[in-house]
Amino acid sequence: MFKIENLKKESLGKLPLLERREFLKMGFVVTGVFAGGSILSLVSNAEKVFASAGEFAEKYPYKPHYSMVIRQNLCIDCERCLEACRTTNEVPDYGYRTAILEKHVPEAVGQKTEFIPVLCMQCNDPPCVRACPTKASYKDEVNGIIRIEKKKCIGCKVCMVACPYNARYFNNETRAIDKCDFCFETRLSKGEKLTACSAVCPTGARTFGDISDPSSEVYRMVHQLQKRVWVIRAEAGTKPNVFYMKS
Amino acid sequence: MTDDKRPARVPLTSGLVDSLKEGFFPEIQAAVSGLLSGTRSFYVFFVLSLLTIVAASIGGLDAVRIGYHHAYNVTREIPWGILISTYIFFVVTSTGLCIVSAIGHVFGMKDFMPIVNRAVFLSVVTIFAGFTVIFFDIENPFTMAIYNVLSPNVASNLWWMGTLYGAYMAFMAIEFVFLLLENHKFATYAGLAGFLTGVAAHSNLGAIFGMLHGREFWYGPYMPIYFIASAAMSGGAAVIFFTMIGYKVNDELMEAPMKRALEAVSKLTAFMISVILFFTTWKIITGLVGAPGKKAVIMATLNGPYAINFWVFEVLLGMAIPLALLLSSRFKNLKMSFLASVLMIIGIFFMRYDLVVLGQVVPAFHELGVNEFQGLHPYMPSFHEIMIVIGGMGIVAAGFLLGERIFKGHKSSH
Repeated sequence: MFKIENLKKESLGKLPLLERREFLKMGFVVTGVFAGGSILSLVSNAEKVFASAGEFAEKYPYKPHYSMVIRQNLCIDCERCLEACRTTNEVPDYGYRTAILEKHVPEAVGQKTEFIPVLCMQCNDPPCVRACPTKASYKDEVNGIIRIEKKKCIGCKVCMVACPYNARYFNNETRAIDKCDFCFETRLSKGEKLTACSAVCPTGARTFGDISDPSSEVYRMVHQLQKRVWVIRAEAGTKPNVFYMKS
Repeated sequence: MTDDKRPARVPLTSGLVDSLKEGFFPEIQAAVSGLLSGTRSFYVFFVLSLLTIVAASIGGLDAVRIGYHHAYNVTREIPWGILISTYIFFVVTSTGLCIVSAIGHVFGMKDFMPIVNRAVFLSVVTIFAGFTVIFFDIENPFTMAIYNVLSPNVASNLWWMGTLYGAYMAFMAIEFVFLLLENHKFATYAGLAGFLTGVAAHSNLGAIFGMLHGREFWYGPYMPIYFIASAAMSGGAAVIFFTMIGYKVNDELMEAPMKRALEAVSKLTAFMISVILFFTTWKIITGLVGAPGKKAVIMATLNGPYAINFWVFEVLLGMAIPLALLLSSRFKNLKMSFLASVLMIIGIFFMRYDLVVLGQVVPAFHELGVNEFQGLHPYMPSFHEIMIVIGGMGIVAAGFLLGERIFKGHKSSH
């Protein structure tokens, strides 16, 4: 005899744990939650940035794996970072290694201007390194920083064309392409722990550290669920190591 | 051309030749008088080409003196300007000349045989002009010579392009020497090697652009394919142009086989124009959907600051009018073919310019909507840049004219 109580339950509770988690995750991805002017997805931000969970060991192939997290809304455009960068790295007045972009949104409620610091994104899949004919641009095998071996630079500027982030310029003084190297030559290689820009920032907009170290601040900022983390021009597929978020 | 229309010999040179004859050994006398026995148009063009080279050399050296960042209008945002596009213009022409000559000499189509010697010679001249122009664009060219060998990046299209073009120039020069020696077996081998390295080099040049995944306008397999098809079109125009001028400066009547050859090249050229028209049409249509950066470039081309470059120079002069001229004359009227080739060469120069510059005009951060990068990046070539471009053309003109004189109209037995 057909009795309703004899039917097998079809609720989520009957699903195996893994399937249920995947289902919930999918639901959060599809719907998202609108909060504070940004989409807050409950799926791990790190997954969004690095494509899939469980691949972190592969995605952080360097030790230390230097990274910067920029909390965009903390930048007040004081330009101390730009000055510190110029002084530390002897950047000529016609060039820059880092810049602060200004975005004005007249129709926004409340604050109408925000500032977006930009620099070399130290990509994991850097187009500049592949394009360089003489390996003058290279990715440091230890720490993943995109560096320049000046004596090999022929000045063809293909790396400038290849870079999706306008991060490079030709330095006439050194006769080579110049770009942000996370202050490796001027600070990190001499025992300093921070880049000049992050050390001088009065609001903490630029946080620098080793993202492969779970105890580091940059790791904790990127590997959390509460706030959205993003990279600029993700569609270029270069896997940047400079992340953006709002505090 | 009939005898009574031939231009008069230059009277001044005969006196000069006579005076030279008195003081030289007979061999040197013969060489000098051979060099000076041209027509008036030869001397006019030759002197003009030398003057442009001298003027351009002064401009180029001045650019070196004051620094490229002061002399050129290229910027951080548009690092590649007219010098790169002119380099491409010359190497596309060179590769095209090689492809068209290979149809006859390597692949054995008899109708193309008469144009082979001149085309092979000019492929060497045009790539030399290209190398000269890019010499003035690369900041450290001597470093390049060293580290291209000591520190090659085999993942770099630019490394392959430079290396293969170096080999290509050598193969084409060797082919030309064997053609002069009438050793057609080795000339064919060298021609085949030149053809293969030329196509590989040239598609790598396209891939420099096509493999930049941060540049939406260029990215994709279109560029390497387009570059090769476009080279064949340029090669056809260059063969017609230089062969017709060659007969003019040599003051010779064109033989029937050469006429047939130029008719065959005209047909090939018309076909390649159709191919490029087809490519261009779909490049535009596909660019109108999808990536906003790409669409911005297409709109700048169709109805923006680059509309005149595109519609007048690329479409009308470069393709539409030449195609109409070639088809309406049924490839029989060589004057029409010549006019078509002149218009094409002008139009193609703009094609290369637009291709290079338009890939860079959209700001990297355009999608952020920041104040700094609202519109398209501007670029206009500087005086120094234009001088060097003219110098490159002077090199081609002088090389071509010297070739006509030294190799006596590139006549061959085949």
